[in-house]
Amino acid sequence: MSTRARTALAIWIVALAIAGWQIAHTRFVADMSSFLPLEPTAEQRVLVDQLRDGAISRVILVGIEGGDAAGRAATSNAMAKALGASAVVAAVSNGAGATFDRERELLLEYRYVLSPRVTPERFTVAGLRSAIGETLDLLASPAGMLVKAVVPRDPTGELVAVVERLRPAQSPAMAEGVWATPDGQRALLVVRTRAAGSDTDAQAQAMAAIESAFTDAARAPPGMRVLMTGPGVYSVKARAMIQRDVERLALASLLVVAGLLLFVYRSPVALGLGMLPVVSGAIAGIAAVSLGFGMVHGITLGFGTTLIGEAVDYSIYLFVQRDTQRGGDDWVRGFWPTVRLGVLTSIAGFAALLFSGVSGLAQLGVYSIAGLVAAALVTRFVLPDLLPARFHIRDVSAFGAWLSRAVGAVPRGRWIVTFLAFAASAVLLFHRGALWDLRIESLNPISIADRQLDAKLREALGASDARHVIAVRGADAQSALEAAERMGEKLDALAAEGRIGGYESPARFLPSAATQRKRLESLPTAAELKPRLAEALRGLPIRAGRLDPFLADVERAKSTGVMTRDAIHGTALEEGLDGLLFRDSSGQWNAMLGLRRPLDVPAVRRAIETSGVPGAVLLDVRAELDTLYAGYFERALVASAVGLAAIVVLLFATLRSPSRVARVMAPLVAGVLVVAACHAAAGTSMTLLHLVGLLLVVAVGSNYALFFDRGTNARTVASLALANATTVASFGILSLSSIPVLNAIGSTVAIGAFVTLVFAALVIPPVESAHAHDRP
Amino acid sequence: MIGRSVLFACLLLPAAAQAYGVQELFQSLAGDKPRHATFQEKKTIALLDKPVESSGELVFTPPARLEKRTSKPRTESIVVEGDIATIERGGKRQTLRLSQYPGVAVLIDSIRSTLAGDLKALTKTYSAAVAGDAALWRLTLRPIDPSLGTFVEHIEIAGSKGQVRTVEIFQADGDRSVMTLTPIEP
Repeated sequence: MSTRARTALAIWIVALAIAGWQIAHTRFVADMSSFLPLEPTAEQRVLVDQLRDGAISRVILVGIEGGDAAGRAATSNAMAKALGASAVVAAVSNGAGATFDRERELLLEYRYVLSPRVTPERFTVAGLRSAIGETLDLLASPAGMLVKAVVPRDPTGELVAVVERLRPAQSPAMAEGVWATPDGQRALLVVRTRAAGSDTDAQAQAMAAIESAFTDAARAPPGMRVLMTGPGVYSVKARAMIQRDVERLALASLLVVAGLLLFVYRSPVALGLGMLPVVSGAIAGIAAVSLGFGMVHGITLGFGTTLIGEAVDYSIYLFVQRDTQRGGDDWVRGFWPTVRLGVLTSIAGFAALLFSGVSGLAQLGVYSIAGLVAAALVTRFVLPDLLPARFHIRDVSAFGAWLSRAVGAVPRGRWIVTFLAFAASAVLLFHRGALWDLRIESLNPISIADRQLDAKLREALGASDARHVIAVRGADAQSALEAAERMGEKLDALAAEGRIGGYESPARFLPSAATQRKRLESLPTAAELKPRLAEALRGLPIRAGRLDPFLADVERAKSTGVMTRDAIHGTALEEGLDGLLFRDSSGQWNAMLGLRRPLDVPAVRRAIETSGVPGAVLLDVRAELDTLYAGYFERALVASAVGLAAIVVLLFATLRSPSRVARVMAPLVAGVLVVAACHAAAGTSMTLLHLVGLLLVVAVGSNYALFFDRGTNARTVASLALANATTVASFGILSLSSIPVLNAIGSTVAIGAFVTLVFAALVIPPVESAHAHDRP
Repeated sequence: MIGRSVLFACLLLPAAAQAYGVQELFQSLAGDKPRHATFQEKKTIALLDKPVESSGELVFTPPARLEKRTSKPRTESIVVEGDIATIERGGKRQTLRLSQYPGVAVLIDSIRSTLAGDLKALTKTYSAAVAGDAALWRLTLRPIDPSLGTFVEHIEIAGSKGQVRTVEIFQADGDRSVMTLTPIEP
């Protein structure tokens, strides 16, 4: 072994060790937010932050079904108790014993800074008289006994006013004292995790805690089941699904490819050596992604299985094409330049993914580029020197020659390809309306049944649909709250006109300090209030003496001052506030005002314009996500076009002949058109991942076309056929995945790789070239 | 002679009282036709110097719908159907689930179950005792669950034959209300 070979070997081993160490320290994630854009606009950032880390992302809805209602309620109570003590759970509620005593105390204590009715007018003689009169009427009504106890402290009814504004439009149904679905068949719990929804590991822990709380609680009654749903649960489920699929598919892929190679090579040594570039490529790819992104997405790993089919090509070329008499060095001189050009065109294609603006896709790009480069380098610099002196595989030139004759026998190959390309274009033109699926849901690995369960539980709990939201911003929490209050005034008017069904605002849980101070200033001193109250009570059936606690409370409110966020710490009020007021990744504070149906969207937009609140926007969450996806889809399309152009430029620079560039490109373009037409004809609207698949078709196909272009002999044709078979097999297996993202890539590349090889052979018929080894 | 008849009466009376029991009363109350009545209600609240009076209409539709429409001193209504109570007051409507307001539920259940003649539902919450006879009976209800005692101490419902005439609610804090019903024949 030469010194140079030893150096290459040493570098390879050290690089593998470093990459292995990097992988050992890698975090693997699976939440779909990786498939959201990297550089969102301000509004999009609010949305993406909310989806990743917001309060909504932390909620797990739990359903208990089976058994009888009493058993479900008992299980629900036991689970609530166990989860309340769990370290991973921030809060749990099941409706039982939801007396909200502490919250009620807080609202009572701070009612004068919380109630919107607190104005100077309300504490004049006339104001007091009308407010107290109303309370007396309430006492006579059936609801009277709910308020009777606080009337001496709160004769003007501020607590009622405060509670009314915080009460959700609809409360969940109850069965046996705990929350249940309206049909009573499932008991419901709401669990809020400490960790964000995008922290998949922590979400998995929370799910395990819920599961074990259920098993402990439900030990006695059989037939009971626990259901979970929520953004974090989705992430965990998606990761498990991807993991399962990736493991199964990688194993299947490996077995099929290995079987194929063993059948052809008839040499276990050749099989083992041929896998070296594949394994090196996979390790390099994962390590590169981990270095570049700080974590690796499960989808990237799934995609990695396809590298088995792609990277194994290089060693196939080396083993099959190399002349047994002349050895590996000869192959390096003769074929390496073509392989190198093939690798470069592939890189040009994958580079498009790097600029797609989506971290999930950029990962695929980095993975593919690093993986292919590593596999090619290992094939070039390490593998030839590792071949044993008497390395031998079965001679496949007879098979190659037979294939060459078969292709040569097809008349007018170019016309067939041209005709198919036009036919495919016609199909695409016919289906042009439904070619692409621009809905973000098309990437969602979660089943429709799971999503329906989520919608059902959400509805049962009366959670707002969280679809239409007005976002306002501020440099700090106070200014965001002030903006929310100004917006709220406009919305109050719309609600009074019946144009909206109501709204939620963080300022109801925590009014801005300015508003609170204004309310405190409205309160009269004890010296002023006492004579006014006496005057106001004249003729009313209540004596002033009974309302002494009222005088004391007003006085105390003034000395207590404003309510801070700390005051509501650990209460349901804080929970309510958290989802509506939060800091985004840019450090800005956002207040979300959730709108309830019915909803007059144009009127809301007008109200936003006239409110003068800077940066206020109406978000239609679902539409916004679709727009966002469609936006970067376009960007990915442009990036792909640029990638294609880069490939053409690269070919020009190397081949220096327009006609050669044309005959290399023709099979690729025809192949892409035919694959796209196959999807369209099958009624599949293509997603972003089909586009990635098409890029791969170009990358893989360019290798084939370049080999045909440089001239082929029987062995080259055989090597291409084998390389193609492994690619089709591994991507074909990927297309069996139930995950839409992997399925899309698999089906596209399996079909595409096959047709581009056939097209390349038809466009540039295999001819034994005398100069085969001299042309690049 | 007189002594014997007195003795006879003494022997007879408890037997007669026993003969008219809760079972018989509820059999006479049960029916599947809607019932209408006007009501006068007087609430005595310690906090207030004089009782609060109100009046309106009460409609019961078997098996579980109860409407109380107050016309004086101000218009308001409470409609209870199953577990859902809808209160309309001053142009505002609010819906609440009775199961979340045990204090309200306990009151409504007493009246509703009695009007429905549903002894089984009633005795889930209350122990029931009846005095008098079919022509003039008095039903006394006491909550079984001691925690409900903070809302209601006991309830006395009186009537004759299948008609409820008065409902008196005695609250634990000494406040009480009396509702007098006058049936409207359809």
